[in-house]
Amino acid sequence: MDYLLTDEQKMIQELAHKIAEEKIRPVAAKYDQSEEYPWDVIKVIAESDLFGLFIPEEYGGMGVGVLNLCLATEELSRACGGIAVCYAASALGTFPIVLFGNDEQKKKYLPDLAKGKKVAAFAITEPEAGSDASAIKTNAKKVGNHYVLNGLKHFITNGGDAETYVVIAMTDKTKGARGASAFIVEKGTPGFTFGKKEDKFGIRASSTRELIFTDCKIPQENLLAKEGMGFIVTMKTFDMSRPGVAAQALGIAQGALELAVKYVHERQQFGKSISSFQGIQWMLADMATEVEAARGLVYSTARMVDAGIKDVAKESAMAKMYASDVAMKVTVDALQLFGGYGYMRDYPIEKYVRDAKITQIYEGTNQIQRGIIALKLIKEMAK
Amino acid sequence: MNIIVCIKQVPETTEVRINPETNTLIREGVKSIINPFDMYAIEEAVRLKEKFGGKTTVISMGPPQADAALREAISMGIDEGILICDRAFAGSDTWATSYTLAGAIKKIGAFDLIICGKQASDGDTAQVGPGISTHLNIPQVTYVKKVEDATDKSMRLERLMEEGFEIIEAPLPLLITVVKEINEPRIPSLKGMMRAKSAKITTWTQKELGLDPQSIGLCGSPTQVVKIFTPPQRTGGQILKGEVPEVVDKLVELLKNEIN
Repeated sequence: MDYLLTDEQKMIQELAHKIAEEKIRPVAAKYDQSEEYPWDVIKVIAESDLFGLFIPEEYGGMGVGVLNLCLATEELSRACGGIAVCYAASALGTFPIVLFGNDEQKKKYLPDLAKGKKVAAFAITEPEAGSDASAIKTNAKKVGNHYVLNGLKHFITNGGDAETYVVIAMTDKTKGARGASAFIVEKGTPGFTFGKKEDKFGIRASSTRELIFTDCKIPQENLLAKEGMGFIVTMKTFDMSRPGVAAQALGIAQGALELAVKYVHERQQFGKSISSFQGIQWMLADMATEVEAARGLVYSTARMVDAGIKDVAKESAMAKMYASDVAMKVTVDALQLFGGYGYMRDYPIEKYVRDAKITQIYEGTNQIQRGIIALKLIKEMAK
Repeated sequence: MNIIVCIKQVPETTEVRINPETNTLIREGVKSIINPFDMYAIEEAVRLKEKFGGKTTVISMGPPQADAALREAISMGIDEGILICDRAFAGSDTWATSYTLAGAIKKIGAFDLIICGKQASDGDTAQVGPGISTHLNIPQVTYVKKVEDATDKSMRLERLMEEGFEIIEAPLPLLITVVKEINEPRIPSLKGMMRAKSAKITTWTQKELGLDPQSIGLCGSPTQVVKIFTPPQRTGGQILKGEVPEVVDKLVELLKNEIN
């Protein structure tokens, strides 16, 4: 389908495609096995300017928006969902600074993030606070011109490898959700350490660690927006970043579909290519149509964000939920088309199933997304 | 250090088809790419420029479509592109091509270094680089795998040999051809691609270059292609089976027959 992309957008696609095919696909299985952080690939992505796609030009980025970020993420994810999420999670950690940072904070942090010299991470999740983000216990106490952080964050993508962290902590527990604030914390700050690295089902090239804060003293200049704005920062960040997760799911689905089409064309049974069987053809047709529908939703949502439309919560949730459900279904079907070979690790397709699963879970489970969508519908009706 | 890189656009596939009547490559339906060896030449020029400063220029002799190859080189960090394009240059062999490129380089003016890929993946002659240095009467070092050191007067180079390598010091201006061991070509940056898209490519024809009409194109080419053909495919060979002594006897017999 032709999405009438601009020349610049096609260029971003072409560039990300080239990186995916030349630099990511050949090492995807290696990093999936070793679970090492793919620094060599990150360096290539950094030198290609892709880290700066949504960062304003005045802070060293390309200033070209969320759709462009989605196009790049989709292409990278086609080759490896794990490596792509290292890139996408850095965007997630960068968005709060782009959206809420003051000029000094932007000047200090964005240029290095735009150039990919540093990688970012966003930290809200805690062992007792997943979908219920208001249950976070990490607290930040104002002492003189500093804040002192104590607490534990877990399941933090890019944790340990990122240099710049945006951390949500409670500054006033009595106010509940309105008592949370967002802070920029740099790796190496005394009192800020990392816990165990998780051994994951999929996206194994990306790192997931605990962040531990023990009397971690950070200057008050590192407060993003104002005290009490933590959840607003989080929600607005997710509204921006959800199309990116959706694009990741979309890329994984597209990648699996391509592998499946190629495989069924080559695979011979009963004296002919199995692609000549109607049962196989119908599966392919459904997969391709669902992937295209997801793409339409993702691109349209990203365009809304880029057009400056303020409330995109419903559309973002729809794009994330639908694209990730499609990714799960399409990757499972693609594995089915590979038959017994698909189940073997020598073939690339089982990894797509594993990589797809997380997209239904993180940045808000798909149940939470459905909740957001339904709530919006009811509110709209009540108007 | 001012560097000139000579590149050629070639068909992407290694399985080129040949028109049996004209003995030329069938280019329809085949994507064109920069000759893979020339990618190393481009990368080395950009690295040298990053290290020593100066200006890099890429030139290519070819049809108007070669514009895309020049822009790709610019997207990787080359400063300027010049396309040598004229019907009068059509049919050039390696001699006429290197004469024409040397003519263009003279027109560019002052330079310190010319870099070429060791050979093109379509013709595989490895003659154009050395030919240019001959026409320009400057030294050449072929099969360079590493630039060890450079000053504004000379370069120290490692040259890949069949067994081991040679270290050669040569004065500038100099022409080198490079092998794939020298570097890993970079992926272009988005900024580079944007610059390449809007870059102005200079086109020079015979009119601008004013070369000797007898030395260019088909009539300037001493080589004439008589025939191009695909060599017959190898057949599977013969596998002898049975007990070892039997097989050995049979093999000896076959070898004897082969000698006779």
